[in-house]
Amino acid sequence: MIALIDYGAGNLTSVRKALTALGADFATPGRPEECARFSAVIVPGVGNFAATSALVGPWRDTIAETVRRGTPLLGICLGMQWLFEGSDEAPEVPGLGVLEGRVTRLRGNPDAGLKIPHVGWNALNFHGQPHLSGPRSRMLAGLEDGAHVYFTHSYAAPVTDACVAATTHGDTFAAVVERGNVFGVQFHPEKSSDAGLQIIRNFLEVARNPSAAPPHVEAEC
Amino acid sequence: MLTKRIIACMDVRDGQVVKGVQFQQLRHAGDPAALAQRYNVEGIDEVVVLDITATLESRQALARTISAVAHQIFLPLTVGGGIRKEDDASAAVDAGADKVSLNTAALSNPPLITTLARRYGSQAVIVAIDAKRRGNGFAVYVRSGTSDAARDAVEWAREAESRGAGEILLTSMDRDGTRSGFDCDMTAAVANAVNIPVIASGGAGDLEHFYDVFTHGRADAALAASIFHYDDTGVGELKKYLNTRNIPVRM
Repeated sequence: MIALIDYGAGNLTSVRKALTALGADFATPGRPEECARFSAVIVPGVGNFAATSALVGPWRDTIAETVRRGTPLLGICLGMQWLFEGSDEAPEVPGLGVLEGRVTRLRGNPDAGLKIPHVGWNALNFHGQPHLSGPRSRMLAGLEDGAHVYFTHSYAAPVTDACVAATTHGDTFAAVVERGNVFGVQFHPEKSSDAGLQIIRNFLEVARNPSAAPPHVEAEC
Repeated sequence: MLTKRIIACMDVRDGQVVKGVQFQQLRHAGDPAALAQRYNVEGIDEVVVLDITATLESRQALARTISAVAHQIFLPLTVGGGIRKEDDASAAVDAGADKVSLNTAALSNPPLITTLARRYGSQAVIVAIDAKRRGNGFAVYVRSGTSDAARDAVEWAREAESRGAGEILLTSMDRDGTRSGFDCDMTAAVANAVNIPVIASGGAGDLEHFYDVFTHGRADAALAASIFHYDDTGVGELKKYLNTRNIPVRM
């Protein structure tokens, strides 16, 4: 059973619909203590990083503990940003901090047609950066380099050694992160048609079989 | 590289897709969920459902339509038409909409843009502008194009952005349903004035019209209805064509 965390940041209808369509067993825990009984956790979310202040305290502590136990965790969009130390969008709100680095605002370039927010379908790049390891990633199994997915965001996470696929919109940022059983996607897999459903399916596979974790991605680069 | 989006619009009345010419003479085009599924297979990037009657009775029918479409496709889904207050928007979102499109209500009650942007995020709030040429400017109309709002489209788009709109859906009333091409000048004027994506609408008739609006019109996305509904032009065919003309699209 997967815990879908509802902390009031955006609408979970689409994520629920996608999980249901893929036959996932999931529920929305009402209290942090309930998280212990779940085999995987999904933190969705869209909107301002300040919304994650609802997670500060017991939720954050509980989710951090599940990560320490090796329970698979997937952050989607704002939920992925929350995996990092914090965001310039709401500097006073701490992130979960399981990945190093801070989330910063995309700069864009209106003259070149690079508008912010970054809205629309953009490519996942598995190569071109030293850390990218798309082909070895469990999250990206079955996807091809250059697959398009649907983004809508103004802030983004840096390309660090946890990044397995990057996307470029003026700046190059982390589109997919993966370290052990911690995963994050900046885009919306539940809105990304077949490519997105494949990524959710990949997470469901990890949730069923977390012990399949490969050696630390960092060590291979 | 961010691709140019191709968006299919379904004008819905009583749970069925219809499409008019210049906001009138409605023709019948079919079941929304079935049409959405066809578009998804063909590679559409996004779907818009517009409730063109927006009466009280049609509200509940609309919620059923949104839900049926949302269960059929895993793509961004926008709902517009008759969203007057926060409750209308939340009903659409609860039924499965990712974005709501405000038109008349945004002009009569601009703080609604900000209210919805705070609640759902700017990415969920589209301000739709229906405009026609007048002199050197572009006059905004509301109430399904029946009422002169006494605003210029460029100036209103800027204000909508400043109030929290995440995208502008700009429809040329002069071109709507005529298949004579998008109004590229108007689209470029608005696209150059704001730093949020602009969706061009009204006038799509052939493949080259899309090329024109993505280049001369500086549009971030292009929306069409009848050209897709009646199988005149497939979405796949359109994307292949744009790709050969070096317009980035999701294939």
